[in-house]
Amino acid sequence: MFVELNNLLNTTPDRAEQGKLTLLCDAKTDGSFLVHHFLSFYLKANCKVCFVALIQSFSHYSIVGQKLGVSLTMARERGQLVFLEGLKSAVDVVFQAQKEPHPLQFLREANAGNLKPLFEFVREALKPIDSGEARWTYPVLLVDDLSVLLSLGMGAVAVLDFIHYCRATVCWELKGNVVVLVHDSGDAEDEENDILLNGLSHQSHLILRAEGLATGFCRDVHGQLRILWRRPSQPTVHRDQSFTYQYKIQDKSVSFFAKGMSPAVL
Amino acid sequence: MAAAATCGSVAASTGSAVATASKNNVTSFQRRGPRASGTNDSGPRLVSIAGTRPSVRNGQLLVSTGLPALDQLLGGGLAVGTVLLIEEDKYNIYSPLLFKYFLAEGIVNGHTLLVASAKEDPANILQELPAPLLDDKCKKEFDEDVYNHKTPESNIKMKIAWRYQLLPKMEIGPVSSSRFGHYYDASKRMPQELIEASNWHGFFLPEKISSTLKVEPCSLTPGYTKLLQFIQNIIYEEGFDGSNPQKKQRNILRIGIQNLGSPLWGDDICCAENGGNSHSLTKFLYVLRGLLRTSLSACIITMPTHLIQNKAIIARVTTLSDIVVGLESFIGSERETNPLYKDYHGLIHIRQIPRLNNLICDESDVKDLAFKLKRKLFTIECITKLRSYDLRSQIYFLSRHLQRKFSIKKNPYFKEPHTLKKIY
Repeated sequence: MFVELNNLLNTTPDRAEQGKLTLLCDAKTDGSFLVHHFLSFYLKANCKVCFVALIQSFSHYSIVGQKLGVSLTMARERGQLVFLEGLKSAVDVVFQAQKEPHPLQFLREANAGNLKPLFEFVREALKPIDSGEARWTYPVLLVDDLSVLLSLGMGAVAVLDFIHYCRATVCWELKGNVVVLVHDSGDAEDEENDILLNGLSHQSHLILRAEGLATGFCRDVHGQLRILWRRPSQPTVHRDQSFTYQYKIQDKSVSFFAKGMSPAVL
Repeated sequence: MAAAATCGSVAASTGSAVATASKNNVTSFQRRGPRASGTNDSGPRLVSIAGTRPSVRNGQLLVSTGLPALDQLLGGGLAVGTVLLIEEDKYNIYSPLLFKYFLAEGIVNGHTLLVASAKEDPANILQELPAPLLDDKCKKEFDEDVYNHKTPESNIKMKIAWRYQLLPKMEIGPVSSSRFGHYYDASKRMPQELIEASNWHGFFLPEKISSTLKVEPCSLTPGYTKLLQFIQNIIYEEGFDGSNPQKKQRNILRIGIQNLGSPLWGDDICCAENGGNSHSLTKFLYVLRGLLRTSLSACIITMPTHLIQNKAIIARVTTLSDIVVGLESFIGSERETNPLYKDYHGLIHIRQIPRLNNLICDESDVKDLAFKLKRKLFTIECITKLRSYDLRSQIYFLSRHLQRKFSIKKNPYFKEPHTLKKIY
């Protein structure tokens, strides 16, 4: 959890909003630091987190999480974190015949199917336990990242359907949050990705967009972060608020500053 | 040398349907302890693997790519468990060289090799590997080849050409008795006894295509499915993932796949823009990466991305690989006659470096790199020699001085100072 980003977003783990869809987007740079931020943020807020990690292994998130002050192994042990490791599960699905339906079942199918098994997995992971005591505040679904599902043969519509079902269950029914990461391919003319990105942009309440600098690589400023608050359900009486900051990623934190105000320049 | 992975026991799953009972989980991304540079004393409990070293930044286990200059640009080397994707140059002249350096490094270090190709028999590829340059012969070889008045010696403090001292140093000389990263002589072949002493597996697609599939096809082209099955078999049989109770393997598997995505593999992304199996290659890369992450292996793939019709696939392939290096040769292009590129054979672009176990990565500051293949060596150098913008007059005087002192050939673009404005 990056304290400066919390200040910019005006939230703390104690009083975060519920029932929101947050869209993380990166263009020409790596936006994975935002995923690490939200993962540690929600674990510190004592939420039940279901993390669908399709792009990296568990130990990667675990080691970065330790730098940010959360222990993923302990969270998994006490049931706070349900982790789906995409890379490892893909190997199991492809090489061993599974008896019960597997969340990544679609890897075995020749035609573009749907993501129903994955949704069932998420719902099963986040459903509230009827044991009486409420250990966790609210459920959170984190997906890193959705563009990989397009590479694995899913259509953009199937992925949008999956997010719609997840939103209905997690945001509306269980009053939780959903955070997803999508890559913006920019000028690579990836139509499916553009459909997915536009569809999600219209549904989300908060969009965080990490962009590389237009002028190229810089050692002191790693990129630019654009924050956009939206209210998709209400007609736009108020204008959507938007802020832009530049950032530099350090070993354990990220520092944000206004455009052109990098400490290296001043 | 590096302390290898002690199997970090990941705690048993807590009722989660998916965390399949993983026993001692040998991922290559274990944190190495700070005692990584210790020597091997008698009766070591931790076995070190030859040819690897821990990364300075995060203790990641690294292997050399075969080119020490490339290792330096990638932040120390190629991390075990990751994929190095080489985007081939237009006529596929220089990318096989990088491929062979990678394999040659594996043989010199005693790693197991797995060579997959649809075009050439892996046995022939291994016959053509470059010979390693041993330490005692190195100095003599380098004195003939090195262009030593352009690259500074590291210890001599320069009084006159002091601006050159500010340039990033690219190592082109041999590091004596280094067990990580060797130099190779491209004009000689690897000695036969070294090849025969090594443990290697070959996958030649025309031979394997007729055998039956053990796995049901999952919308990958049959060539890819067979290759995945072959790789998974080797990893399991030889114990690189630690799951085979009979085999206790403490070695690295180096996988080399040549021309992946070309029509010879049965894939049509280089022929048609929206082919039937446009997801085949990306699915293959995903499952391959899954295999690599859970085993002690590193993979190099060369891919003819300049032939892929659909640009979106290139973007997806880049996202799914860890390190992406692009080669652009000057042959046949208009840059061949550009005086700036006179001494070089092509440009090398480091397009992507992964952030593994970390928020940041070791991106090098130098972005304009060029390579040249001399008679024996493949070197990578930075093109722009002097990059400050207020140096025009100093460049002129400096070049005159260097011409006199070291008798450099006169460079045409240093003739008149007022023409520098056009170039800079």
